[in-house]
Amino acid sequence: MADAGEKDVDAVAGAGAGAGGAAVPALEARGFTLSWDEGEHIVVEDVSLTLGAGEVVCLVGRSGCGKTTILHALSGLTTPLRGRVLLHGTDVTGQPGHVSYMLQKDLLLPNKRIVDNVCLPLVLAGMPAADARAKAEPLFERFGLAGTERMWPSELSGGMRQRAAFLRTYLMGNDVTLLDEPFSALDALTRTDMRSWYCQMSRELGMATLAITHDVDEAVTMADRIYVLQGDPRAGVPSRVEAELAVPRPSDGTSPADFALTPAFLDCKRKVLELLG
Amino acid sequence: MATEPTGEKDGASQVGTPAEVRPTEAQPTAGHAGQEDRSSRRKAALRRAKRRRVVVPLLTAAVIIGVWQAVVAFGIVPNFLLPSPVQVVYALVADASLLAMHSVATLTEAALGLVIGTAVGFVVAVLMDRFETVSLALDPIVTVSQTIPTVAIAPLLVLWFGYGLAPKVVLVVISTFFPITVSLVSGFRSVDPDLIDLMRTMNATRWQIFWKVKLPAALDQFFSGLRISATYAIVGAVIAEWLGGFSGLGVYMTRVRKSFAYDRMFAVIILISVLSLALMGLVDWLQRIAMPWKRAERKEGR
Repeated sequence: MADAGEKDVDAVAGAGAGAGGAAVPALEARGFTLSWDEGEHIVVEDVSLTLGAGEVVCLVGRSGCGKTTILHALSGLTTPLRGRVLLHGTDVTGQPGHVSYMLQKDLLLPNKRIVDNVCLPLVLAGMPAADARAKAEPLFERFGLAGTERMWPSELSGGMRQRAAFLRTYLMGNDVTLLDEPFSALDALTRTDMRSWYCQMSRELGMATLAITHDVDEAVTMADRIYVLQGDPRAGVPSRVEAELAVPRPSDGTSPADFALTPAFLDCKRKVLELLG
Repeated sequence: MATEPTGEKDGASQVGTPAEVRPTEAQPTAGHAGQEDRSSRRKAALRRAKRRRVVVPLLTAAVIIGVWQAVVAFGIVPNFLLPSPVQVVYALVADASLLAMHSVATLTEAALGLVIGTAVGFVVAVLMDRFETVSLALDPIVTVSQTIPTVAIAPLLVLWFGYGLAPKVVLVVISTFFPITVSLVSGFRSVDPDLIDLMRTMNATRWQIFWKVKLPAALDQFFSGLRISATYAIVGAVIAEWLGGFSGLGVYMTRVRKSFAYDRMFAVIILISVLSLALMGLVDWLQRIAMPWKRAERKEGR
């Protein structure tokens, strides 16, 4: 199926500069080489990614190909073996706190009520709790969380917990968000709803999003652009960006759910699947 | 709606487990408003299961006390070796004010020792969690300290600290800090590493991570440790009193033993159990106050 090496050039035309154009990208990974163990095993080799302002980009790859490792390096939690992280052109390599990162689980603190969970980034930054609540509470309605302010996380459904985690991520106040398989823990119907909701929300709020997923449907539904990561680091083959393709998303405001039923969607999905081999 | 179950059903529920009870009580007349009916029946079954949880242990205790009374009354065991339950109750009542005075002494030692022991355990656990070297250095010592029987060190403590409050409190501290340290250390380690990563992406300081994430995550295990320590505290204080002192339930115990007043011996044993249970209840209550979210979790878990 996959005649690997050759594909990345002719994969899909018109991708490249995408939304970025000549402007400085919101976030850029330049020449990432990453390792789990200080260089003994190379997980990802020479990977470069860009994320334009307000853009949604998905990074697709099989499980274990190093997607999360890339996000960790982009978030500043780890420092890449080689390569740099540029945020609006400024080097922030190895410095956490500049981009919002939503990890795979919702990670709400069980001992805090939803409003206090959501306020956490503000409180950590030194804002008094009362001010933080006053800032967060008006947003509950918009994030579909009205009425949950005083509840404990354990009283919420998976989808609602995820919304709360999104609101917390938003309140981190960065214009770049990294998502690690954000919807994988949800049931299929909730997942579809949440994807559409997130895309709409992030566009309204002007957040640039880089999401990683192994779900091709999810990538094509959400993304403006898709990077396909290919490799098997456990078998000694470091992952590289196999291709970068633009999703032919209709600009007439078709909802992601409706887009998913069009031939253009299926065509794009087929291409990604082929690239993944 | 929820009519009280009749006597015969009560009988049935005492035999079977709740799971077995459900099919036997299926009423042939069911049919109208089935849903509501079923939920009210489930509630009744729950209530009966709850009552059974109280009734069965009480019955067991009653049977044991009955047998005990009979054994003494029929002279199977001579009375000078084993007092009857009635005599024990008499002794409890007769010595009430004396026992109260000694209880205050024992409780003071236990409480003081438990508070200091908890503080020491907490500090040791935090240091072990924060610095790997401290963990490596203290781990064996902390463990070895627990292999030394308290009865063996108690006389030494009396020798070093005299017959006053000090040796008792020290012994209680020694026997209570360990469960606290062990439970806290494992509680700190149980924190989801992703949660710490999340905190780091929010620029949290080490102190904020400890205060907001690690400590709350360890609370559950901390309280299990505290529960064990609470019982150790009373027992530790009594043992220390045995080996020398002027007041306390342990002192009372040695005195009644020397005068062969076994009814009083049993009375004080019962009192010590009751005090330990009360202290454990206090810990449970503290836990409910300190962890209000647990109740919501338990409700959702059902």
